[in-house]
Amino acid sequence: MLKYIIPLILFIVLAVFLALGLKGKPGEIPSPLLNKPAPAFSAPKLNVPNEKLSPADLKGKVWLFNVWASWCVSCRAEHPIINQLAQQQAAIIIGLNYKDDPEAAKKWLATLGNPYNDSVMDADGRIGIDWGVYGVPETFVMDKQGIVRYKHTGPVTEEDVQNTFIPLIAKLQAEP
Amino acid sequence: MMKLWFFVLILLISAQGFAIDDHQLANPEQQKTYEIIISELRCLVCQNQTIADSNAELASDLRRQVFEMLQQGKSKEDIIQFMTDRYGDFVLYNPPLKTKTALLWLGPIAFLITGFIMIFWFIRRKKTAAIMPIDKDKQEKMRRLLSENNESSAENGDQS
Repeated sequence: MLKYIIPLILFIVLAVFLALGLKGKPGEIPSPLLNKPAPAFSAPKLNVPNEKLSPADLKGKVWLFNVWASWCVSCRAEHPIINQLAQQQAAIIIGLNYKDDPEAAKKWLATLGNPYNDSVMDADGRIGIDWGVYGVPETFVMDKQGIVRYKHTGPVTEEDVQNTFIPLIAKLQAEP
Repeated sequence: MMKLWFFVLILLISAQGFAIDDHQLANPEQQKTYEIIISELRCLVCQNQTIADSNAELASDLRRQVFEMLQQGKSKEDIIQFMTDRYGDFVLYNPPLKTKTALLWLGPIAFLITGFIMIFWFIRRKKTAAIMPIDKDKQEKMRRLLSENNESSAENGDQS
């Protein structure tokens, strides 16, 4: 009897581990920023470089922070989805123009549409490091207290918007 | 001999080619710390490389960050803390032993112990299987045959 049970147990253990391995996303690293205050910065706006924006200016509002660049191919794939999300006006969307050429970035927005209330420039990637950015595009969601409540790595899909972003934003808007 | 010198020359040139990093601290002690730190931090874009080995843009930005922090007189601990605050324990090639990482550290030991237990178990099972019980009649017959054989061989021995 033992002769049959042991291989069966070994098989089940192996199968469970393999199944977990299939489900896991090695590209997604859990962010230590979750449930912590949004990292501070004061960065020039893409469209008005002598004006600066900082997360403190957005206190009391639910806002999204979307990291993008004109050189980033996945950002192009994601862009129509961000445009749609902006049309719903559920939350403020701030862009972080990461390690980009401002002229190329402006042209990119002019061609593909500008979903951002504002984009700030991070020419040398320092704001990116403070936010733990490692793969553009990335999207953070902040609550009214300025706490990071969610991080999405990689392009946002329509499903992500429907299943994650919209419900989360609605929940955060209801919070004080 | 000529060939050997050529080979050495090529080796020297290629060694230069490997150095993707151009940061150089004035203090040799700090330079050493710098090299240790960048070989302990993981490049998050190319996950199986350290930031010392990687040519990715993020790796180069992180090297610059480490370099600048050392220049400001920050310690290795400060820099490691700075990185884990932003990127989590994943950025470390040697993650700390915590409840979350216990499986990572203790898992291999558990597998080793399981392996030893199984080896021990198999050997014991083999040994017990090798000893076959023989009934009394057969034992008697065996003894008789053996003693007969002994006697005849003893006689043969006398003759020769």
